[in-house]
Amino acid sequence: MKDILTRLDSRFVIERKDETRSNLVFITVKKPVAIEVITYLRDYEGFRHLVLISAVDYIERNVFQLTYLLHNYQLHVDIGVRVEIDRQHPQMDSIHHLWAAAGVYQRELHEMFGIDFPGSPHVAEPMILEGWDNIPPMRKEFDTKKYAEETYFPREGRFKQDPREVMEIKLYPVDTEVKYGIKQVVRKRRGH
Amino acid sequence: MASNKWSENVADIKSEAKEETRKAAVPHAPEAFWTQEETFDLSSGKYLKIWQGPQHPGVTGNMALELVVEGDIVRSCKTHVGYLHRGFEKLMERRKYIQCFPIVCRICVPEPDTNEYLFAAAVEELANIEIPEKAAWIRTFVLELSRTASLTMGLGGQAGAFGLGTIGQWAVAHRDYILDLFEELTGGRVYHMYIIPGGVRLDFPDGFEDRVRAVLDKIEHLIGDIEKVMFNNSVFKARAKGLGIIPREWIEPFGITGTTARAAGAPLDVRKNNPYLVYDQLDFEMILGSASDVYERTLLRKEEILLSIRLIRQILDRMPKAGPVRRKLPNVLHWKVPSGETYVRVESGRGEMGYYLVSDGSEYPRRVHVRGASYTHAMALLEHLVKGISIADVAGVMTSLQTCPPEIER
Repeated sequence: MKDILTRLDSRFVIERKDETRSNLVFITVKKPVAIEVITYLRDYEGFRHLVLISAVDYIERNVFQLTYLLHNYQLHVDIGVRVEIDRQHPQMDSIHHLWAAAGVYQRELHEMFGIDFPGSPHVAEPMILEGWDNIPPMRKEFDTKKYAEETYFPREGRFKQDPREVMEIKLYPVDTEVKYGIKQVVRKRRGH
Repeated sequence: MASNKWSENVADIKSEAKEETRKAAVPHAPEAFWTQEETFDLSSGKYLKIWQGPQHPGVTGNMALELVVEGDIVRSCKTHVGYLHRGFEKLMERRKYIQCFPIVCRICVPEPDTNEYLFAAAVEELANIEIPEKAAWIRTFVLELSRTASLTMGLGGQAGAFGLGTIGQWAVAHRDYILDLFEELTGGRVYHMYIIPGGVRLDFPDGFEDRVRAVLDKIEHLIGDIEKVMFNNSVFKARAKGLGIIPREWIEPFGITGTTARAAGAPLDVRKNNPYLVYDQLDFEMILGSASDVYERTLLRKEEILLSIRLIRQILDRMPKAGPVRRKLPNVLHWKVPSGETYVRVESGRGEMGYYLVSDGSEYPRRVHVRGASYTHAMALLEHLVKGISIADVAGVMTSLQTCPPEIER
């Protein structure tokens, strides 16, 4: 693993290296050389298995971090290639020419994060969310609770049971009655 | 005369389709898979578009296949998912680490323990927690037991897809014995939430080992029966042999793992290559096939069940009898996991399954990505694999890839 990293260092500019385990290393590279690094790892270092492509939303730094995780069948080691792309104009080169399966991952990222991969097959077709017209749902600014409250309503005849309240009443009936009684009195007074 | 012509026509189409399948077995460059697409003139009357799924007995789980057929030969296929999307990855970003456990087990119904183990292992790696020795053995035991249950049901499903419904019923009945064991051990039949960070929830109950051994004997007996009824059945042989061949050259571009890859002769088994838990202390050999068709994959899975049974017996023999099963954790409701990212993988019944976990040092995970084996198998590979086969065999091919829609749309 160390030899691989040394060889990588001599060829490309590696911004950051994090060794999580002896057989798993995450490296950060700049966007323009990312595909070169991945192709080099695939063709010369034997990282022939694309494990996954994933994105992490760092909304506070205004970037998306793309992670390409590659596995080496012979040495049984993994390298995670991290690339940071602009959050306002999220675009990345496609790698479907290296792995056929990458097209599926890119299609999902396009749908869930709104990251564009020009040239990737069927990338703009909806995969999981047919008829979705909101912002891409895996972005951090998408609030699932707010969306659920706006979109779905409880059916008539249903009542809500908060486990905390139920257990409170069950375990400490007198205390709860006093507590909620006081609350009601306070509310009434405020109303007047 | 006319009928003769028609039958000749059908024979032509069938031999043509076989020729095409043979051609498709030639190695491709990865981008070639995407440029091969053809368009079909549906108004010509030669082709027909049909939907298999989302509600169809031959489809595994809730997904749909959009098939263009000529006669009964499939010419093109497109997979549609989205009928089961519950947004687990997004939900987990809003929950504390311990609250994620009721969610992760629901990602895979037949084999929930791999998910529990993976999430626990990822958290342990980031928080630098070491588990007690006995907990590691119990975890291995639980993983192998759930593998046995999942593969047994998969074998029944495979038989059902070829019209051998009885075997499906036997398999589900025997899986139920394993669910009884799980109920005794964990309190839950399907979803266990048994593996937590720091170890497992509880130790084995009294006399549990004997009951496990009794169930294992039953399943071994069932496999013997299935051997006679299914693998020696001429109908099953005639239909499954030579069907859905995955060339070895497809393994890299599609990221094929697990039993599907091993049936093609690729030595990919996470238990052997990247041993986790106590797999490096167990004696077992990787099972490999060569023919890579539906029959070979089914046969290999049958052998895998027997291997799992052998492994469980080994674990029961060698397991430490006493010792703690859980390490004390900080208050899990205010637990901040140190920042970092990691990827952990296991060998599930369907292939490599992994969790990519990113923590930013807060109480909530920043990102959880679930890598299921059937993600690429079902979405990309299936589309290319069913071209040129008859509609009746689509279900068989699909089951042989062990597609699992909840893994695709987490």
